Amino acid sequence: MDGFLDTGFGIFLIVLLQCLAVTVFILVCLAFLMYADRKIWAAVQLRRGPNVVGPWGLMQSFADFLKYIVKEIVIPAGANKPLFLLAPMISFVLPVIVWAVIPWAPGWVISDMNVGILFIFAISSLHVYAIIIGGWASNSKYPFMGALRSAAQMISYEVSLGLIIVGVLISAGSLNLSRIVEAQAGGWGLFHWFWLPHLPMVVLFFVSSLAETNRPPFDLPEAESELVAGYQVEYSSTPFLLFMIGELMSVFFMCALISVLFFGGWLSPIPGLPDGAIWMFAKMVFFFFIFAMVKAIVPRYRYDQLMRIGWKVFLPMSIGWVVLVGFFAQYGWFWGAYQRWAIGG
Amino acid sequence: MATFSFYLFSIVAVLSGFLVVFARSPVHSVLWLILAFFSVAGLFVLLGAEFVAMLMLIVYVGAVAVLFLFVVMMLDVDFAALREGMAAYLPVGLLIGVILLVQLGFVFGAWETTDIALAQRAAVTPSPAEVDNTAALGALLYTKYIFLFQAAGLVLLVAMIGAIVLTHRKRVGVKRQDVLTQMYRDPARAVELKDVKPGQGI
Repeated sequence: MDGFLDTGFGIFLIVLLQCLAVTVFILVCLAFLMYADRKIWAAVQLRRGPNVVGPWGLMQSFADFLKYIVKEIVIPAGANKPLFLLAPMISFVLPVIVWAVIPWAPGWVISDMNVGILFIFAISSLHVYAIIIGGWASNSKYPFMGALRSAAQMISYEVSLGLIIVGVLISAGSLNLSRIVEAQAGGWGLFHWFWLPHLPMVVLFFVSSLAETNRPPFDLPEAESELVAGYQVEYSSTPFLLFMIGELMSVFFMCALISVLFFGGWLSPIPGLPDGAIWMFAKMVFFFFIFAMVKAIVPRYRYDQLMRIGWKVFLPMSIGWVVLVGFFAQYGWFWGAYQRWAIGG
Repeated sequence: MATFSFYLFSIVAVLSGFLVVFARSPVHSVLWLILAFFSVAGLFVLLGAEFVAMLMLIVYVGAVAVLFLFVVMMLDVDFAALREGMAAYLPVGLLIGVILLVQLGFVFGAWETTDIALAQRAAVTPSPAEVDNTAALGALLYTKYIFLFQAAGLVLLVAMIGAIVLTHRKRVGVKRQDVLTQMYRDPARAVELKDVKPGQGI
């Protein structure tokens, strides 16, 4: 057995099983997170939310899933059929792929690559294509306008996200996500994580990730009030489901990314308690709760304000912060809080 | 496994390169171009140049090709009419292709054999086991080639500002949103409550 696992096929099989385990875990989580999202939303608005299917409505997401897949797939007559179906698949597959580099615990990562952060940005920059192709292949005006809007929004906020994390990368001295988490370890527990030295960027990153994942208050791509449903107007049934799962999965992924970059990933907040994947998961769920609360509380932005805040506020602020962190890290100011690249080399 | 991946990526890259030229719809051309970029990024990973591969994806696929796609989708160009002259321009295109190929051959030959190139490579290449890709590139760019790097950045900045200056027209008589005045509006002065009696109006 040991010999078999060292052969090429054995390694392939192990990696395949790991991928499957992570994907299934994430998908099951998503089913309940969808439910949690709606419950939180309902609670804020003093409604009950889903409470019919299963105990406390827990099975609601599975019922929705069944409903989506048994409906008819409507393909518009003038649509470009291969591209029309390709777009939702891209939208679903890309958020699954990025989970490969998220470290759950020391060594619990499918691909511990040196350029983990860049990989994430490379893959999420492809997500724009799902939207543009979907909008264009529908061969209709509304989806096309919606696609252009959301593509512009996603590209703008990708730039902003990319610059915001540069400060963290300077501090950690590595692009490897496991190294970034290790750089946050220390005797101070909770106060040794990057959220404290990089506090302004945590806020900026959170807001940008809301915009990047098209969550309210930045859900302008599907702004019901003016665009019906943006790029997904013509989609129904399973393709629509794939878009929705992809969107929710990238939201959950952003929660994971915030936990890893700023909140110490698998590290325990209180010194003395053991570290582990459970902390990582707890942090992700906590940030998902905040995402859900923002969705329930904050009113929608106007499109020109969204663009303004991305390019004229976040971008200069994050560039300025990079310069500041560069000085802090180089000269070891603030008791070396910004200078932790001893591990990264 | 590496050989298999190499052939997979190269065949896909070459095929999609051909399809960029031969695809009927320009949008399909751009999509094939994206596939070509993607396969090239895969080849870079096989070479051990993971940083360049990711930059390839972020810059070319994530930004440049999106712009192409925007332009191709938005512009109303009659590509069938453009295509009619294909036979006339084919020799010129082939000639340019051959020249490029020969030049690349020269570059490769010089890189492999010239003493200067060998010495330079030996001087700057750290062992891959010690330093990862990103750190090695960063150390080179920001120490030895810092002036070239800054100059390249400056050229890009000038090009960007130039493009903005050339295309930006300040139009008069357009209503603009001034966000600051909107934000500093006082609700107490902006809204007035009136007690309207039924059937009278204000």
